[in-house]
Amino acid sequence: MRVPLSWLGEWVDLPEDVSLESVHEALVRVGFEEEDVHLFEVSGPVVVGQVLAFTPEPQSNGKTINWCQVDVGEAEPRGIVCGAHNFAVGDKVVVTLPGAVLPGPFPIAARTTYGHTSDGMIASARELGLGEEHDGILRLAALGLDDAPVGADAIHLLGLDDAAVEINVTPDRGYAISIRGVAREYSHSTGAAFRDPALAVSPREPVEIFPVKVDDRAPIRGTLGSRAFATRVVRGVDVTRPTPPWMVARLTLAGVRSISLPVDITNYVMFELGQPTHGYDLAKLRGGFVVRRAEAGEKLETLDGVVRTLSTEDLLITDDSGPIGLAGVMGGATTEISETTTDILIEAANFDPVSIARTARRHKLPSEASKRFERGVDPKLGPVAAQRVVDLLVELAGGTADPLGSVDNQYPEPAPIAFSMSHPAEIIGADYTLSEVRNALDLIGTTCRAAEDGMLQVTPPSWRPDLTDAVTLVEEVARIVGYDRIPAVLPIAPPGRGLTRAQTARRRAAATLAAAGSTEVLASPFTSASMVELFEPGATAVRLANPLDPQNGVLRRSLLPGLIEVARRNLSRGMTDLAVFEIGAVFLPENGVMVGTDTIPVGAARPDDATLAVMNASIPAQPMHVGGLFLGDALAKQPGAVAVPAGITDALDAVRQLALALAVDIAIGTGSHPALHPGRTAELRVGDRVVGIAGELLPSLADELDLPRVVALVELDLDALIELGALQATPTAIDTLPAATQDLSLVVPREIPAGEVLAAVVEGAGELLEDARLVDDYRGTGIPAGRKSLTFAMRFRAPDRTLTAAEASEAKLSGAARAGELFGATVRE
Amino acid sequence: MSDAPQITENAVDAAVEAALAAIAAAGDSAALKVVRAAHSAEGSPLANFNALIRDLPGDQKAAAGKLVGGARAQVNAAFAAQESVILAAEESAKLEAEALDVTAVPTRWRAGARHPLSLLMEQMSDLFISMGWEIGEGPELEHEWFNFDALNFDEDHPARAMQDTFYVEPVERHLVMRTHTSPVQIRSLLARPLPVYVAAVGRVYRTDELDATHTPVFHQIEGIAIDKGLTMANLRGTLEHMAHALFGAGAQIRLRPNYFPFTEPSAEMDVWVENAKGGARWIEWGGCGMVNPNVLRSAGIDPDEYQGFAFGMGIDRTLMFRNGLTDMHDIVEGDVRFSRQFGMVV
Repeated sequence: MRVPLSWLGEWVDLPEDVSLESVHEALVRVGFEEEDVHLFEVSGPVVVGQVLAFTPEPQSNGKTINWCQVDVGEAEPRGIVCGAHNFAVGDKVVVTLPGAVLPGPFPIAARTTYGHTSDGMIASARELGLGEEHDGILRLAALGLDDAPVGADAIHLLGLDDAAVEINVTPDRGYAISIRGVAREYSHSTGAAFRDPALAVSPREPVEIFPVKVDDRAPIRGTLGSRAFATRVVRGVDVTRPTPPWMVARLTLAGVRSISLPVDITNYVMFELGQPTHGYDLAKLRGGFVVRRAEAGEKLETLDGVVRTLSTEDLLITDDSGPIGLAGVMGGATTEISETTTDILIEAANFDPVSIARTARRHKLPSEASKRFERGVDPKLGPVAAQRVVDLLVELAGGTADPLGSVDNQYPEPAPIAFSMSHPAEIIGADYTLSEVRNALDLIGTTCRAAEDGMLQVTPPSWRPDLTDAVTLVEEVARIVGYDRIPAVLPIAPPGRGLTRAQTARRRAAATLAAAGSTEVLASPFTSASMVELFEPGATAVRLANPLDPQNGVLRRSLLPGLIEVARRNLSRGMTDLAVFEIGAVFLPENGVMVGTDTIPVGAARPDDATLAVMNASIPAQPMHVGGLFLGDALAKQPGAVAVPAGITDALDAVRQLALALAVDIAIGTGSHPALHPGRTAELRVGDRVVGIAGELLPSLADELDLPRVVALVELDLDALIELGALQATPTAIDTLPAATQDLSLVVPREIPAGEVLAAVVEGAGELLEDARLVDDYRGTGIPAGRKSLTFAMRFRAPDRTLTAAEASEAKLSGAARAGELFGATVRE
Repeated sequence: MSDAPQITENAVDAAVEAALAAIAAAGDSAALKVVRAAHSAEGSPLANFNALIRDLPGDQKAAAGKLVGGARAQVNAAFAAQESVILAAEESAKLEAEALDVTAVPTRWRAGARHPLSLLMEQMSDLFISMGWEIGEGPELEHEWFNFDALNFDEDHPARAMQDTFYVEPVERHLVMRTHTSPVQIRSLLARPLPVYVAAVGRVYRTDELDATHTPVFHQIEGIAIDKGLTMANLRGTLEHMAHALFGAGAQIRLRPNYFPFTEPSAEMDVWVENAKGGARWIEWGGCGMVNPNVLRSAGIDPDEYQGFAFGMGIDRTLMFRNGLTDMHDIVEGDVRFSRQFGMVV
């Protein structure tokens, strides 16, 4: 809401030294956020001039300019070059003299052009910041200002010395989208005297009845589409008369263009009082009004020239000809006021906020009117606003108020709210005095009556539909007295139990990966359907209905596409060695399962357990995953050390780091994945449960994605790892008797993974084996083709005796025997 | 046996003298080893003398033994002394040879880093944990009821349209990307016995295009406390405590009236940041207020018995003004140079 200061000052006393800053400050205190300031940005000398003579001079470029002699109230007229032709000798115009600055900023100076020295400029409305009119210069006669004295200050004359503050009005306070409401609030903030503009008008009852019938057969959520409707008629208006400059200036500052006198007047009254009104050409109306819902398929051409197909929820103003307006949103084209209109019917109605909001949203027609109706308009304002429009049309357009009209108001009186004077202190924790509480309630316009039970019966004013219960009144008391009065008292919560196991585990996972050399990133959770298909063919992803970027319109099922995007960005910036990780949610709808629910429970009541369970079950699983990406060098070349290229090693080391951090045994086995290298993919399991995948991106895919050939990736279900991890460590006593160490070399077929051979050896060696490690994988001379020799370093120990070499050998050979059974392993001597 | 050596004082002295001279001349362990073989080991003159003692008549054994034993002890002592000198010199030479340029020793480790938002979320969480609060959680893809209706956003209220919500297909199935962490308020109230003191941190979504100060995916911290007799003064106390912990003892909280469907009264909060980039100033920090009775009713709580407060602020924004960042792009783009500036500390 933009508030011109001259307008505000008409209804509330402003101090002599008022400034935009001080008005903003006052309004912020009562809850209106500061948004902006608006000025005309015109500075003098800008004066009224009169054209004494002019000579048209055709130019070589085809244009004709006028060399004008203009009286600006000085001893001699000034010579001014003017390209416009819409004026005559004797016309009064606005002359910007050298030294003036117009919006732009555009400084005016005497300059030589077309062979003359132009000693100033004759301005158009647009050049002055007064709208978009640029067909020619501004003639003061067009503003009804032809009696302005030559040489007078045109800035003041045109209202260009006014300025506006812009504030944000919260959606609960529709009344404040008006000068009336803002002036009231300014008075609350500063104590300045407020005069209600609604009380400055004396509505007269119509004598002859214009028929209006509200026939709403499908009220939305039980509320009639219109519960208050007033009409008035003015006859014999001259719609071509100019809008007075003070009105143009105020409307311009308020953010609307001057269009025509009748439209400007209805806009002016809407801004001043907050009640939208609509003017019809009475001659074009057929019969009375019926306010009803649209029928299926019905159409209406609105004022903006668009033919709209209506919904059965749209509320219409109709006459005998059919729909003539989208109630509260936009009028229709057929009854529009035109240059030939003489008799005007004014509609000032109150419409159901919900109905208007839905229609404005449905037709994407947020208008100044719908904005106000959606937030609630004072239901008592209709006749006042209609009268104000009538008065202005009579005064400015030369019309005569007609006895024809209507007034209907079925709006219920606001219900009183039971309120305890101690309530504000109990909610706010400030020591309000009784008089502070009472004063606040009076200021905002409530009527208070003492009830027998010691409570107060508080009736809100008609313009405050947001005041519905005691706590809304408490807020008003706190707001009017000032939030600065609220003390600070730290509450004492009951003893807590700290972070949950999962929360600490996630932190350990992140800290461990970072300590081990990976950098945490937070990638976008939005990805493309093709990336989802690439990493999980056939899987369903959640699709956004209104993505910002349609290319990335689905929710990730994997962290890997996001990490790849991050890698590409880093590479493009010259960061060629990367080890990055992310911990974040993925979104896993199940194939063929419909997400969400058809219905939605109402608020302000706890749904039953079954309904809550259905809602929760309808939300796709969103486990936390951890993912990593490695490319370039894991270790760069150093003195005496060659570079260590990144690869699947880094991905698997990340798995080991996570296993340590989360106290979980993660088994690494041979795996396969559509986007990964067929020979370099590991499946990650805890027990029988697959918890993730690691490997190198398919080189062809890496190439397609402009990535280097080797990109190692890992992704694990972090929630599962935490769930499967040990709750606490289960250590055993440390055996201290001497160990026996022996090596074992086994010859096995090449395709047997070493990890499986090791597992067999461990199984077979039994309890004496303390540790076994693969130390060599040899293929070549001495080993049959198609086989390999795996050497394991083994350490044996018994808790109760020093092992003999024979005992250790026996255990070792038991291990070898198990590998022999499973894989045909033979001991290599 | 005429050529057999005789144990005479002269012969023994000569052997000792020869041994001592050889020992003194040995410059390194290898040379010393050779000397030891020649003058002390089996077959050396002194060893041979020692062997002869066995064959001497009984009355000569004691004197000869004393003579030879003394000589061998003298030689052995010389060996030991020379050996320790040699070893010390050799160790010292070795150390000198092993010296490295410690400013250029290769590393086997690369440095990683946490994302500052994660670190800030952990820091904020820790503050609430220290006060006895819990950290609540909820899904990012959320049911509309939790995101709006339960929080007193009527389906037709303009505030619902102002949230710039990402809806998911099919829209008539009422799932949205949560627009705030506030659904966690409802989930916490539904899941926990009263009183409830819960903070929630996490990702939230709005349809704002990415620019220097906006991002469609950002992070919030949310707090809700429901107990008997909690007031807006308790809200202010909590916010001040938080401000002091994050911005230092000079931080202050200013409340301005505002409107949110889920609180009544509602306030916009500003924080006075003394060491803000560009000088001390008030910075808009978030929204807060007393929990609207309808929100309590949504969770089955009697608002006549229990009341409390809630607040929420953007963590990305907090990171920006706390650490003097100027461009949101840096926070969301994943450029490793950004996180690396923070390391493990935000």
